[in-house]
Amino acid sequence: MSVGIVVFPGSNCDRDMAWALEGVLGMPTRFLWHEDTGLEDIDAVVLPGGFSYGDYLRCGALAGHAPLLHAVHAFAADGGPVLGICNGFQILTEMGLLPGALTRNRDLHFICEPCELIVQPGSCRLLQGYGEDAKVTFPIAHGEGCYQCPPETLVDLEQKGQLVLRYSRNPNGSVLDIAGVCNEQGNVLGLMPHPERACDPLLGGDDGQSLLKALLA
Amino acid sequence: MHRKMPDGSSGCQDRGIRHLFLARFHARVQVQLRPSVLDPAGEATRAAAGRLGVEGLQTLRIGKAVELSLDADSEDQARQQVQLLCDRLLANPVTENWTMSLEEQKA
Repeated sequence: MSVGIVVFPGSNCDRDMAWALEGVLGMPTRFLWHEDTGLEDIDAVVLPGGFSYGDYLRCGALAGHAPLLHAVHAFAADGGPVLGICNGFQILTEMGLLPGALTRNRDLHFICEPCELIVQPGSCRLLQGYGEDAKVTFPIAHGEGCYQCPPETLVDLEQKGQLVLRYSRNPNGSVLDIAGVCNEQGNVLGLMPHPERACDPLLGGDDGQSLLKALLA
Repeated sequence: MHRKMPDGSSGCQDRGIRHLFLARFHARVQVQLRPSVLDPAGEATRAAAGRLGVEGLQTLRIGKAVELSLDADSEDQARQQVQLLCDRLLANPVTENWTMSLEEQKA
């Protein structure tokens, strides 16, 4: 059992993620280069944060067409767990695995601070370790985290319980305070906050451990 | 407009010389945020324009212009290729609309 972390040119949270998974939680972890074509024996995929391809064109737009992501599409369709954090969330929306889009923060600032989130796990596999309406604190660090989608999509997402993570205090202007969204099947989760930076009590909290452990549950 | 082979046929199987019968097109794609999407950068720029003393400015929306040239058998084919590029890569349909203009470049 191992987790694959996809590395793009410009990824910068890939090693943080590996440290949290393997160093803190003891979960076998491998880096996957974005130009590879197969996932081989990987059991869960993480798209880490960063600035893939320098955020050229739009955040996540070019990464969404990387060769390895064809394999990630198929992996997700087969029910494999896929987690996209920050830039990884942007990539998941650009490649069509999650609805909506992430745009410039309302106040145009890059925001880097701890954020309290409200969890409504619904059928999201990676959030089953948290209770309904549980409050967790993960750091955010983004300039383009304002979640937007068409109103009819929003109604649909809410009815199906896919709006699984919301900010207690909205930092970036996201509609309905959305911080994270999962797909209808519950195996693909994207969120702007960084659970991998909330795994070691020395760094101020370990609320993220349950989410990362669920990758290989 | 389809370029014809010297023998009058419309296609060419030999890719080695196919390029000799292609026309070159120039396209300009304009990508713009949908009207319903907030444009905080545009708003900030509009506010700065006011401080500059520009009067009467009502709206300011920032988009992207992409210029490209491509070789194709016909204008229809060139248009299809650019449409594919816009739909799949240059614009995000959730937040952006696009328009394009296309013309053949004369040698």
